[in-house]
Amino acid sequence: MRPAAQHHPHVRALAVDGVSVTLGGRRILDEVAFTVQRGQFTGLIGSNGAGKTTLLRVILGLQRPHAGRVLLAGRPRARRNRSIGYVPQKVGLDPDLPMRARDLVELGIDGHRLGIARPSPARRELVAEMLAAVDAERFADSRVGRLSGGEQQRILIAHALVARPQLLLLDEPLANLDLRSGQEIVSLLDRIATEHEIAVLLSVHEMNPLLSVMDRVVYLAGGRAVSGTTDQVIRSDVLSGLYGHRVEVLHVAGRILVVAGGPAATNGSPDGLPGAAPLPDAR
Amino acid sequence: MQNAWIVATMVAVIAGVVGFFVVLRGSAFPAHAIPNGAFAGAAGAVLVGVSSLLGLGVFAVLSALGIGSLGRRGRHDVATALALVAMLACGAAFLSRTTEYAPEIFSLLFGEVLGVSTTELLPVAGLGAACLLAVAVLYRPLLLSSVMPEIAEAKGVRSDRIEIAFLIVLALATAMTVPVVGALLIFSLMIGPPAAARALTPRPGAAIALSVALALITVWAAIALSYQTNWPIGFFVGTISALAYGLGRGWNAARTHHHQLPHSATFTDASSPGSPAPPLGQRRQKRRRPI
Repeated sequence: MRPAAQHHPHVRALAVDGVSVTLGGRRILDEVAFTVQRGQFTGLIGSNGAGKTTLLRVILGLQRPHAGRVLLAGRPRARRNRSIGYVPQKVGLDPDLPMRARDLVELGIDGHRLGIARPSPARRELVAEMLAAVDAERFADSRVGRLSGGEQQRILIAHALVARPQLLLLDEPLANLDLRSGQEIVSLLDRIATEHEIAVLLSVHEMNPLLSVMDRVVYLAGGRAVSGTTDQVIRSDVLSGLYGHRVEVLHVAGRILVVAGGPAATNGSPDGLPGAAPLPDAR
Repeated sequence: MQNAWIVATMVAVIAGVVGFFVVLRGSAFPAHAIPNGAFAGAAGAVLVGVSSLLGLGVFAVLSALGIGSLGRRGRHDVATALALVAMLACGAAFLSRTTEYAPEIFSLLFGEVLGVSTTELLPVAGLGAACLLAVAVLYRPLLLSSVMPEIAEAKGVRSDRIEIAFLIVLALATAMTVPVVGALLIFSLMIGPPAAARALTPRPGAAIALSVALALITVWAAIALSYQTNWPIGFFVGTISALAYGLGRGWNAARTHHHQLPHSATFTDASSPGSPAPPLGQRRQKRRRPI
């Protein structure tokens, strides 16, 4: 099922190998397996409650899997692995926070280390380079808590990138953005994946904004996953197998709609299978 | 009198530095509860006849450990409230047993900077140095976990340990400052100057320096005014702190208003033409229902 990597074949940044997680007697993830290559943009698609955040927490090492393992660059992940850059869904920066966007990016270099960082031209240059990489120089000296959602998203990406990770994880980065800011973030991430040769794994509940840039898809439903290229995964037969009931994949005006049941019966998912498919973007 | 200036200077530096993180982390309630718990310790120390600084220190650290270990995932309000009332209950019991003269108690609550003796300077200086050293060592992970706890955790920073360590620093700062400005008013010195400072500058380092400077101005002015008027020093610390915060906010609001037009114009233009994005607090993730 693994397609030829477009940019960097055989450079595996992340391998999730048969990961299962049970929380409170409920199976959240069920033998999830996929790989992510460097330089690739991978979309982690699933509706709310499909297990996306749990999967990201397992990759980050914040949640222990009950079975399976996570390999980073071919090696089992250490308990504290900093080769992953992470942008969580909600950061909630205080508008009065006494920090410029620039300061927040600098904290990404070595914010986990004890002591006070000595200012140096090298640090300033590194921060300036990252601010340029996310097109954030314009508001680099503004209070970070007062920036718009899309601007904060760029700063958080720069904060994650400044530590030179091999893998960049983003949890629902488009959830709080308007359509245009979302598109800008997506094309920015696509550029970063290529230019910085890192793997980008981004979770969304709505795949259409990613269609033009995704190299690969990991589709999660009910704790199970299928992965491959968009054409391999987003197909009626593949997704029907994943959901365990009939779903249709419709191509409408360059967009993809996943709907429950046959074309004749598109209203309502079968009983006992909530969250069958994310609705297409209504906007 | 010279001792008063020395000890007040040390207190202001500690309150300015520790207070910066109190405000940053939203730990104002623990910063209120720990000194009050410590007050009970001082009352107990007076009762059994040991140094009140020892009583302050022990009870402050106990309060901090209680708040830190009982609070769950950054939610400390209930644990803090319980620690506060438990300590105050002990304080009430100790006070009812003690035959000490009331002014002693009054000075613990409202401060008695003018009566600081030379022998009291050394432990205060020692505790102050320990606090500064601890903040310097914890600086980066404390800043990161205060601002973005989830990202800090993902980088391997143990937020729970940072939290306990910070509460202990807060307890030590409390123990050294309570005899000077009093249990009820140290809180104002830890909130007013740092809150004003962060309104005045967007840089973390500058905000800490400004916080210390404002705390110094506050206590120095308070000593001078207290000496002139014979009013309690706590009154002046409290009112000057509040005034500093008010002025800081006012200045910030005026400045923001001044810059608003050009700023919002560029931001709107860049992100969403037509309808400016609502403030962050009002945004909710739109959830789409599955079919």
